[in-house]
Amino acid sequence: MKLQVSHSPHVRDKATTSSIMRDVIIALLPATFAGWYYFGVRAVFVTLLSIVSCIGFEYICRKIMKRNNTITDLSAAVTGLLLAMNLPVTIPFYMVIIGACFAIVVVKQMFGGIGNNFVNPAIAARIFLVIAFPKAMTSWTLHTGSWFSMKSVDAVSSATPLTMVGTKEAPSLWDLFIGNKAGCIGEVCILALLIGGLYLLIRHVIRPWIPAAYIGTFLILVLLFGHTNLLHAPSGDYTTLQAWTDLFYEACYMLCSGGLVLGAIFMATDYVTSPLTVKGKLLFGFGCGVLTFLIRYYGNMAEGVSFSIILMNILTPHIDDWTMGKPFGEVKENAKA
Amino acid sequence: MRSLHAFAGGVHPLGNKNTDVLPSIHLHGFPEVELLMQQHIGPPCTCVVKPGDHVDVGTLVGRADKPMSVPIHSSISGTVKEVHYVVSANGAPVEAVRIESDFKHSINPFCRPPKIESFEDFIQMIRDSGLVGLGGAAFPTYIKLNPPKNKMPDTLIVNAAECEPYITADYRQICEHPDDIIDGIIEVMKWLEIPKTIIGVEDNKPLVTRIFSHELKKRVFKTGRHPDIEVRTLKTIYPQGAEKMLIYTLTGRKVPPGKLPIDVHTLVMNVSTLRFIGLYLKEGVPLTRKRMTLDGSALNTPGNFIVPIGARIQDIIAAAGGTREEPKKIIMGGAMMGVALDRIDHGIIKANNAILVFGSEETTLPPESPCIRCARCVASCPMDLIPCGIDKASRLRDPAMLEKYHVMDCIECGCCTYACPSKRFLTQSIKNGKVMVRAERARAKQEEALRASSEQKGGSAPS
Repeated sequence: MKLQVSHSPHVRDKATTSSIMRDVIIALLPATFAGWYYFGVRAVFVTLLSIVSCIGFEYICRKIMKRNNTITDLSAAVTGLLLAMNLPVTIPFYMVIIGACFAIVVVKQMFGGIGNNFVNPAIAARIFLVIAFPKAMTSWTLHTGSWFSMKSVDAVSSATPLTMVGTKEAPSLWDLFIGNKAGCIGEVCILALLIGGLYLLIRHVIRPWIPAAYIGTFLILVLLFGHTNLLHAPSGDYTTLQAWTDLFYEACYMLCSGGLVLGAIFMATDYVTSPLTVKGKLLFGFGCGVLTFLIRYYGNMAEGVSFSIILMNILTPHIDDWTMGKPFGEVKENAKA
Repeated sequence: MRSLHAFAGGVHPLGNKNTDVLPSIHLHGFPEVELLMQQHIGPPCTCVVKPGDHVDVGTLVGRADKPMSVPIHSSISGTVKEVHYVVSANGAPVEAVRIESDFKHSINPFCRPPKIESFEDFIQMIRDSGLVGLGGAAFPTYIKLNPPKNKMPDTLIVNAAECEPYITADYRQICEHPDDIIDGIIEVMKWLEIPKTIIGVEDNKPLVTRIFSHELKKRVFKTGRHPDIEVRTLKTIYPQGAEKMLIYTLTGRKVPPGKLPIDVHTLVMNVSTLRFIGLYLKEGVPLTRKRMTLDGSALNTPGNFIVPIGARIQDIIAAAGGTREEPKKIIMGGAMMGVALDRIDHGIIKANNAILVFGSEETTLPPESPCIRCARCVASCPMDLIPCGIDKASRLRDPAMLEKYHVMDCIECGCCTYACPSKRFLTQSIKNGKVMVRAERARAKQEEALRASSEQKGGSAPS
């Protein structure tokens, strides 16, 4: 009789790395489809190209390094999908491949593969592309009208809503919420992103601490120190309804524009590059919120979310050290009994 | 009444309490038993029999000479065949006595109910009965019941949580012998002058609360007063039955790291341990038989069986109905903390409460993949540790980093490993880490002693 000998426990939970990654992909699907709907068939190509090249680079890398093949854990597919979510639809295809190469080869595999990257590969790749090809990465297009686009609107070169707050041509809040605006493929439809986030929460893939702290901090800062803020009411004082409407209009506007929701739900919650404890996660979200606010309001690049998340990624090991709690029972009040 | 406190962490493995409705069955007719001379935490016993001696059930086989040691008695009647060294289930060499049965099951005539007149008598009685903590830790009960005078307990906590999957031995014990359990509780309360008892039961066993309430009502009829015993329902979550977690849930007291329950004036005892005290006072037969759960998909007839201590695992499996497929994994103890065996000719010891015989459907060993820092281990740890950090430190063989992560506070409950999606052997790696830290502490102590002695001689400290 041949008996298997292994250390306890002898029963395991069903969740695996690939089941978690699969859930993340499922959660990203609504936003992906929304992006395809708004930006047409080129968005489909960009997305597929990004995923395929990420998986391809992962495979080649592992092969060259003579390591085991890790594409089945689906993490490369998640990186590819997230990268595509962060690209404008007009981006030249070769740039997509360069971005995927940077994400997988430089950021992920050179540091040891899954679990060892110190920053989020998709965000690092996006920042790399923004710095390398600033023009291509920031020429936003409102609804590309390609010849078999699902929604045929003439191509209009447009600024993102972030750069036109308060101007006449700024889209309405509802348009911002459902995604009828310029922006990256995956970040436009807030509704779809929220549906995905809810799915992740229900499946216990992510916990609410980081998104809640991130968005909460950011909103409070906008309310306190934004262009129309609680401290200096532009229309005199806060006795009129209009003043309050203006106040919350700006907050909602800032929330629904740019990559904040995508970043807070899908990028900041990346396991590898976020802290372990609840306290650490709250601190991480708080830091992201503050940095995003500062960059958006006082910086000269519209990259608030990416830079704040990547900076907090780098701080994560230190946050883990600072927030390491005491073991159960390590308290002074035991004396009474 | 539900408990107010809840510890952080824990996991919800499938209960698999498949055997909870099956009455326990006494198994007899084992051809031989192998009694290990160390069945408790503490120094081994001295063997007092030699090959050729005749023994009855209850005859002393191993004498407890040293403190922390409890005697071992023969569990069958027959002839001593061999006194030799064997490798125990946890891999250590230990002296063992092999006894061949004469199938008469004659009980030693000196076994009679003990007379107790003082606290000292009570402690001596507990020690002579060979009782150890039957929940699994095998801590000598007589030590536990004899705390230092400045630390007398004010609460007795009865552990009936039984949070391990598959195991139902304590549950059946409660269903079948609630009277003995209450007797045991009352004896312990009387001799240790403990004013209050709380029985903690997980809420997946609602019958237990009713059984105890009924039993306590009967006491009121008999004696005219209600003993101060309270049954409380606990949330079903693993490891609810771990000592520190149970104390916290029931009393709100936290046992500090490295301390014992008695340091927060609490005494925790397993229901089976208390039942044995109740029984021993009536019958006077030492601890020679043990109720254990046999379960797993490879078995023909899972159930609870009462077997003589020392019976070989293969004989127990055969006597309990045999297997219907080739076993792939055999576990001594529960699915979360038990030891997987490489051979099954070990004799069972006092603290064993389950044998799980897994067939191919339950035996899985998924390959390890890199940690993705998902923090599920952190969220599941009832001791509020960071298992993935300890794992890393342990694989780096870094004692200082291990200490930083409080590796010694781990209770090895296995929650982190259960929850890990990367299927990493966290508990194993943490256990290795503990060994490294102990070695490092011993080395540091030795160095310190060396330096001190060389300074005393007037020489300079070794560089």
